[in-house]
Amino acid sequence: MSDHSFLPAWREQSLGRRVFLRVSAASAASVALIAAGCTDTTTTPTPADPYQLALPAGDSGLVYYAYLMALAQTTLYQKVVDAPPTDLTTAERAVFADLRDHEVVHKQTLGYLLDTTGATQLVPTDFAFNLTKFTLSTRAGVLAAAQQIADLVAAAYPVLLPLFTTSSVPQRTILLKMSSVQARQAAAVRDMLMPGSFANSDVVDSAGQLLTKTPTEVMTALAPYFAPYVISVASLAVPV
Amino acid sequence: MNFLHIIDQLSAVDSDALDRLDTRRSVFSSLTTVAKRTALASAPALIASYFSKAYAGTSAGDAKDVFAYALTLELLEEDFYKKMIASPYFSGAPTAAQGAINQIKKHETSHVALLQKVLDAIGGTKPTNITFKSATFATLTSFSAQLTIAQLLEDTGVRAYKGRAGDLLGLADVTVPNVGTINPLQSALQIHSVEARHAAHIRTMRMQSSWINGNGDLDGMDHYKGAIPESTTTQSGVNLIAANSITPNTTYTAKDAQASFDEILTATEVLALATPLIGA
Repeated sequence: MSDHSFLPAWREQSLGRRVFLRVSAASAASVALIAAGCTDTTTTPTPADPYQLALPAGDSGLVYYAYLMALAQTTLYQKVVDAPPTDLTTAERAVFADLRDHEVVHKQTLGYLLDTTGATQLVPTDFAFNLTKFTLSTRAGVLAAAQQIADLVAAAYPVLLPLFTTSSVPQRTILLKMSSVQARQAAAVRDMLMPGSFANSDVVDSAGQLLTKTPTEVMTALAPYFAPYVISVASLAVPV
Repeated sequence: MNFLHIIDQLSAVDSDALDRLDTRRSVFSSLTTVAKRTALASAPALIASYFSKAYAGTSAGDAKDVFAYALTLELLEEDFYKKMIASPYFSGAPTAAQGAINQIKKHETSHVALLQKVLDAIGGTKPTNITFKSATFATLTSFSAQLTIAQLLEDTGVRAYKGRAGDLLGLADVTVPNVGTINPLQSALQIHSVEARHAAHIRTMRMQSSWINGNGDLDGMDHYKGAIPESTTTQSGVNLIAANSITPNTTYTAKDAQASFDEILTATEVLALATPLIGA
């Protein structure tokens, strides 16, 4: 199968190294104030909730959204590569190494799109995709977790891309190129868990279209794993 | 979606791109030679050319043309799988393999039906008499030989939809009788993602990686080449396999840089590959 050799350099950067999402509750509140700016109502500022994160409006918010999905994927796949269950076969481990590698590339590319200097903290230092709710000690558990996340992200992309309505051609193009790779990944994971399930009717509709998930649906699905942080997609372009 | 609004926003393209390129200077901060600085100076033109190619189409923004093009390719795929299922080699294939081909054929039939309805709804012309040339099919004298063509068709299909996505951006939703309201771009991308799942599975059936990483037995074929080949390792003007390109202290391998992104094919490139396969 794959001739992949494990490269230590590929290991996920620790989240503290190159961190994201500077939009805190404070700036989310200021957005709300601007939105309310045409009224003369005096708004009493509410205390900032340090765990409330709002995706920025516009195309950078869409890139952030994709970044968070890639962060979830890299965290999961890195864990499987670091501590594979004993019953995960050699060939399957090689697939997970590929998944990890590709998602690291996606995450770093998206981070680069958000900040080419790498100087900006994109998410808080203690922000993480928490894996404790998954059973990662068995092959079945690993594959179920991977399928859940891979299908979710694959379902997000066909909705995400048309939401780019501005001049962000580079962002749009990069995400377009990633979208079919997400679909390939999801198919590969499904085929490991249940051979031949690569495009079953639970992910493809009767017209032969991939079933999709909106940003709200995706973030709701990911919410338990990002807790205590709460991510708001309310500022993204509609429909979210 | 407001089309005029999008045109208005498109006018901001240049300034936005220049901002991005300016901040990209940091990437080159460690470069000191005149030659490398010259490379940086010429980057905007290269990138602009790159992205115009990425979104090239024969008639930009014409949904009728894009969907007729998509239907042509789907009809070709559907007929190929029909012939595959009818061939004497099919019954000798493993049950799981037969199931997969039946499943994929079912989706291609659904895609054909959907695209026909969309073309009816938008007043487009539906291509007809698109079949996989029998004489060519007859040269495929084993199930595995047929799977080789299936892989090429699916991987090409993914690249073909991708190449026309820009032409559908910003088009208004369409009400399609017996289907509902669809967004042209989203619908095309949903089909494209299903094609990618097909491609991944057929590649697995052929003992290939699910993604295109340059190590595949067919990666030298024209289907993986084009103006922006699948071997591309530069994205958004950044060479991903250069040291520290997007991650400090990290150099990505060409294999992973290639596999992480599927590239487009233009309509001209796709039709050059597909046309010889179409016939009675």
